Amino acid sequence: MADSATTEDILLETPLAGLHRELGARMVPFAGYSMPVQYPLGILSEHNWTRDSAGLFDVSHMGQAYLVGPDHATTARALEALTPGDFLALAPGRVRYTLLTTPEGGIIDDLMVTRSADPSEDGTLYLVVNAGRKAIDYAHIAANLPEGVQLEIAGQLALIALQGPKAAEVLARHCPDSAAMGFMTAIRTTIDGIDCHISRSGYTGEDGYEISVVEDHAEPLARALLAEPEVEPIGLGARDSLRLEAGLCLYGHDIDEATSPVEADLGFALAKRRRAEGGFPGAERIQGELADGPAQLRVGIKPEGRAPAREGAEIRDAAGRQIGIVTSGGFGPTAGGPIAMGYVAAEHAAPGTPVTLVVRGKDLAATVVPMPFVPHRYFRKQA
Amino acid sequence: MTVYFTKDHEWVRLEGDSALIGITDYAQSQLGDVVYVELPEVGKTFAKGDEAAVVESVKAASDVYAPVSGLVIAVNSKLPDSPSTINDAPESDGWFIRLTLTEPSELEGLLDEAAYRAFVETL
Repeated sequence: MADSATTEDILLETPLAGLHRELGARMVPFAGYSMPVQYPLGILSEHNWTRDSAGLFDVSHMGQAYLVGPDHATTARALEALTPGDFLALAPGRVRYTLLTTPEGGIIDDLMVTRSADPSEDGTLYLVVNAGRKAIDYAHIAANLPEGVQLEIAGQLALIALQGPKAAEVLARHCPDSAAMGFMTAIRTTIDGIDCHISRSGYTGEDGYEISVVEDHAEPLARALLAEPEVEPIGLGARDSLRLEAGLCLYGHDIDEATSPVEADLGFALAKRRRAEGGFPGAERIQGELADGPAQLRVGIKPEGRAPAREGAEIRDAAGRQIGIVTSGGFGPTAGGPIAMGYVAAEHAAPGTPVTLVVRGKDLAATVVPMPFVPHRYFRKQA
Repeated sequence: MTVYFTKDHEWVRLEGDSALIGITDYAQSQLGDVVYVELPEVGKTFAKGDEAAVVESVKAASDVYAPVSGLVIAVNSKLPDSPSTINDAPESDGWFIRLTLTEPSELEGLLDEAAYRAFVETL
């Protein structure tokens, strides 16, 4: 057996690091932090638990910041100069997924943006960015803001995700306000008397919440939720298999500064008005790809048999020519077999196209399939 | 019946003229849930240290090295359909391959059970 790599680097810890160790987590370096990759339950069981009940994830390594301006229109325009999202039309209490783009139309990061429901906070947008990108994002945003708009990094906040079909029922016991929230909405409220900011969102394909809380209160809050019989702590290992099954991109793997939002099949993050008006970094490339189609496209891939194809596996066409590369791959516990996503030349992107994956030098038959691999179960309020 | 171990967490159990090869309980606990196993073909020969099999957990693929040189005379055909056997019974039902040893003297360089368990304690 080959030993896994170890690192001597000094790693940051989240406010829940002590709790993770107490719960028997195996800690690994991730994006500069020591993070739980799995608990004694194991990745497969943690994955299945989240799909069947409710999983608690520590995502405190992610970056939380505020974009603060004098009024909503000013702050929204400042963010629109950096992203292809429509923030002028973002209603109070709503959350949007967006992308910081490069002048060449690549992706600096993907992030969540919330407009506060509180009129006294009008002019402030709350941002959640990827752990491994926060320094780059913050420098980029701060360097490109107009007069009167500032980036304020939230230093003392933890972030906890509660995900799964029983998340709403569990959270409502501690926070009755949370039950009526729709998908991609946010409120300030209390959980067991602890002040929190809650959004009904997540990155597992399941219904659930992300809870931002002052770090001193993170552990009591996590313990209160973990005391519920429906809730188990879930590590990064299962988070990765859950998001892969949900067809969601992982920054640095499925998207990066070379891939465009159109290639990445993230067209939903390109707001209708912005597609027409442009005026965001990379608009020329992105509008061109929207009009003419991109050269390559992110697709779902299902290998035949049981062998997983991992990141980096070459994708070939029937004639043996390389047409792309796997960017995320592994075993999908809910899908019941190996699954992967990757980029292929556009003419091979139609679902049903047979492809060959090269895994450890051997050809593995596979098929381009629609994503997600497991249907999303986000909470949609009835009209 | 004699069992030998490597510091790479493989075991070799002598049974008459042949030996079973597998990974240790410590190895499976480090791997986590095993979801796929790739076994060599019967008739293949390995030198000590060659990649003999691949075991994949949810997270990653790991190579299993031949702890001794030999000729593959059988593989555990149940593993591809039930890879979790490696988690459940790594040092018995979860064996990978049966080898005829071509260099039996290589066993002298391996650890006995007590030395291996003591080694794991230091990790």
